[in-house]
Amino acid sequence: MRIKLDINGLKREVEVEPRTTLLDCLRDTLGLTGAHAGCEHGVCGACTVLFDGVAVRSCLMFAVQAQGSAITTIEGVTPGPGELSPVQDAFCETHGMQCGFCTPAMILTAHALLANNPNPTRAEIVEAISGNICRCTGYAQIVEAIALAAERMRGANRPKDAHP
Amino acid sequence: MSEPGQHRYVSSDRRVREDRRFVVGKGNFVADIGLPNTKHVALVTCPYPAARIKSIDVSAALALPGVHYVLDGAELAAATLPLMTGLDTPNVPRRPLAFEVARYAGEWVAAVVADSRALAEDAAEKVKVVYEKLPFVLDAEQALEPTSPLVHQAHGSNLLLDKTFTWGEVDKDFAASPRKLSLRVKWGRSSTVPIETFGVIASWDPWRDMLDVHASIQMPRYADQIGIALKLPVSSIRVHYDVDVGGSYGVKRGIKHTVLVGYLSRRLGFPVRLIEDRLENMRGGDAHGPERLFDVEVAFDDQGIIKSMKMRALENVGAYAGRSPFQLGKPIGAIVGPYKIQSVQYRAIAVVTNKTTQEAVRGFGQAPTNVAIERTVDEVARVLGLDPIEIRRRNMIRHEEFPYTIPSGTTYDSGNYHTVIDKVLAHTSYEELKQERDALRAQGKLAGIGIAACLEPSGGNAMFEALLNPKITTTTFMDSCRITVDGVGSITATMHTTSSGQGHETLVGTVIGEVLQLDPELARVTRPDSLNSLPSGTPVGSRMAIMLGGAAFHAATKLKAKLTAIGAHDLGIAPERAAYANGEVYDRNAPEKRRAWVDLVQIAYRNFHRMPADMEPGLSVSHVMQVPTGGKLPTADGRVQMYPCTSFEFHLILLSIDPELGRPEIVKYRVGHDCGTVINPKIVRGMTMGGIAHGIGAALYEEFAYDGEGQLMAQSFMDYLLPSSHEVPAVEIIHHCTPSPHTVLGQKGSGESGYLGAPAGIANAINDALRPLGISINTLPIKVSVLGDMIAAARDNKEK
Repeated sequence: MRIKLDINGLKREVEVEPRTTLLDCLRDTLGLTGAHAGCEHGVCGACTVLFDGVAVRSCLMFAVQAQGSAITTIEGVTPGPGELSPVQDAFCETHGMQCGFCTPAMILTAHALLANNPNPTRAEIVEAISGNICRCTGYAQIVEAIALAAERMRGANRPKDAHP
Repeated sequence: MSEPGQHRYVSSDRRVREDRRFVVGKGNFVADIGLPNTKHVALVTCPYPAARIKSIDVSAALALPGVHYVLDGAELAAATLPLMTGLDTPNVPRRPLAFEVARYAGEWVAAVVADSRALAEDAAEKVKVVYEKLPFVLDAEQALEPTSPLVHQAHGSNLLLDKTFTWGEVDKDFAASPRKLSLRVKWGRSSTVPIETFGVIASWDPWRDMLDVHASIQMPRYADQIGIALKLPVSSIRVHYDVDVGGSYGVKRGIKHTVLVGYLSRRLGFPVRLIEDRLENMRGGDAHGPERLFDVEVAFDDQGIIKSMKMRALENVGAYAGRSPFQLGKPIGAIVGPYKIQSVQYRAIAVVTNKTTQEAVRGFGQAPTNVAIERTVDEVARVLGLDPIEIRRRNMIRHEEFPYTIPSGTTYDSGNYHTVIDKVLAHTSYEELKQERDALRAQGKLAGIGIAACLEPSGGNAMFEALLNPKITTTTFMDSCRITVDGVGSITATMHTTSSGQGHETLVGTVIGEVLQLDPELARVTRPDSLNSLPSGTPVGSRMAIMLGGAAFHAATKLKAKLTAIGAHDLGIAPERAAYANGEVYDRNAPEKRRAWVDLVQIAYRNFHRMPADMEPGLSVSHVMQVPTGGKLPTADGRVQMYPCTSFEFHLILLSIDPELGRPEIVKYRVGHDCGTVINPKIVRGMTMGGIAHGIGAALYEEFAYDGEGQLMAQSFMDYLLPSSHEVPAVEIIHHCTPSPHTVLGQKGSGESGYLGAPAGIANAINDALRPLGISINTLPIKVSVLGDMIAAARDNKEK
């Protein structure tokens, strides 16, 4: 069947089977391979994308269900070739990853958190990423990355003598 | 050897260069690699723990449009050789697809090839296999019984290995000791379970006679093993090492997957890919970890000095023997942990059962052994009424006693265990921690302090191979690096294996920058394919900082020497009068006389007439490194120099248990960590933290449990519980640096010790918490359900 999707701000029309998951559609049909298949049953979170700004598991929904909503993938939060978003840069600064497999999903989850809560506590960060399993890091440097990104984003576009 | 500030780039808190591609989703993972016309594999699996395959009817599957082929074990067995195994057990052959008999529930019986993975799965459901159920055995001790069903009839028993080592005067030491204690410890079956499953794409080119392999692999001698099994020259196997591996921690050895798709691609003439789904990964991917039963006996005196130890370790390796039984051998290199136990008897037994086949897991068997040692030390302290830290201090090797040779023949390079403990306790007051525990107890919680020390043998001198299989005479485990400065002066270095998150490109760049006194970012690091690589291993045995870092160091040193010789010759001075600094060569007697980097490159690439006599033009050097302290076979009495370096960790944990739910919660976690010179602090911290998280999983949550019918109960992440951010506490790491004398920068390994120490520390904390109830537990994982029941029963008994 032919469906219309809004992916990273672009209108895309694709041919999928009704049973095709959004994850498979993103990866196989649209070539957006930043979303990863980890468990394909909604636990590990490696397939996370933003669905109207909310972090969701793209392995648990059909591509057809994404019609009419704005989907953002890791490719959509990267500002441009060779550039990094503040969250992406913070993950590099703290080395909030090792193998990099869960990383795009973790970063999208962080984007969703910080869009609604610019000054999260450690507990709020831990809660936000608790649906994204990282097997490498033990999470410490991920939590620090998100806190660092939050701090930098709060400071962006402010006069330097402004109160934090 | 390594003082703070001694290095320019090493030990400084630099970013990890690999990270940039990962944060934008541009890692080159195997499932991201699209070769034109690739077909997909799904697997037909055996539903029984043991069954004879009577017939396979593929007609309905082949009738589906888009289905190209169904391969069964008979065809594959006729065309390929069995996979390489570690022990000398020719009657326990291992193949990608079951041949005649399937030996565990979930074993692959047939492979379907179709246009898409979804189609292949549809077709796999239509393959009709007729089985004859066979008797099966799941438990290791039952497998040893003479009446047990045999997993491999031709082998004649279920025993793969039964070897007893006696190092020192064990009987005499036991007879002379006033006190003895014995303990049974069980390590449950779990694994590393990376978030990326294993995947491989094989593409055969019949006009070039070349099999291109892209895989998420961490397998030593991978190309060799593919070539041998497929009966192809290894020069026809081209493994692409520039594939990012989405976590491995030991297990991604997918040789059976690779031989399967390699055969299919040759047979069918198009690229064939197999990306495991999570069920295939957990049930049939042959990636389970150790399942080990320990019986430990120690002899000690009234002061708690442990004189001698007897350890029996019984390993349930599952249905087939790969490399996994060697995991009983690696701990021999640190069989007494950090303690001065003077004699040891060690009996290593490995049996096959009708469970999923085991693979190498982080620490290669050391984590279970460390739980057995550390639980035992705690019990000695308990019976003597000694403090668990005090007993460790009394038994630990002292700094001035290094290098220290343990009874099994391995010499530990260096360590300062007492200082690490002192530093941890200076950071966190032990007295205050005890008060905090007691306050929790006063609130009605069960609370305990867990102490565990652990050694991380590092460097990967895998002499357990020759020790457990005398037919193996391998005494070298190489790694290598090539550095080329091109004709306009840019630096490119190579490494010759895949990585799974360890930051090896950063490692190589940092070391080269350090030696050449140039910004590490100037050195690009690439991974040629296997046909263009130098001899190399894989990231096993906590070896890469030592071995790849060492190879990069030596290659850079050779490059520096060549540049210096060129500069000296061009300056018209004796080589010893020339010095290298920051990419330039100058005359020590007249420092203004110098040749800049571009001059040296110009001479090497274009001005042969200015080169020293007998020197090759161009600037390309390489180094193949032998493992430090390696090169020696085991002695006749079973003593061996295992790994060259030993890192040290000291875990201090405060844990509370809700007595109603049995739910443990880690309140405080401190770890003292000494891996010698740290090359990149961000990487070492991540490894330590990740290892601890993994250890928390093995201690409390993760288990590949089977039911009585031989079915794996944990087939998804709903049942196999990986620690999330809620289960991993904040951990404070207290660093100490005792450099290794055997490595170029004093570095040791750091990829495993968190995982080696955390399970022991948590087990000890839980036992401290349970002590007021008069109960203890020595079976891991210590699940909430078990703990809750134990606590309830103990309380009921108390009330009676």
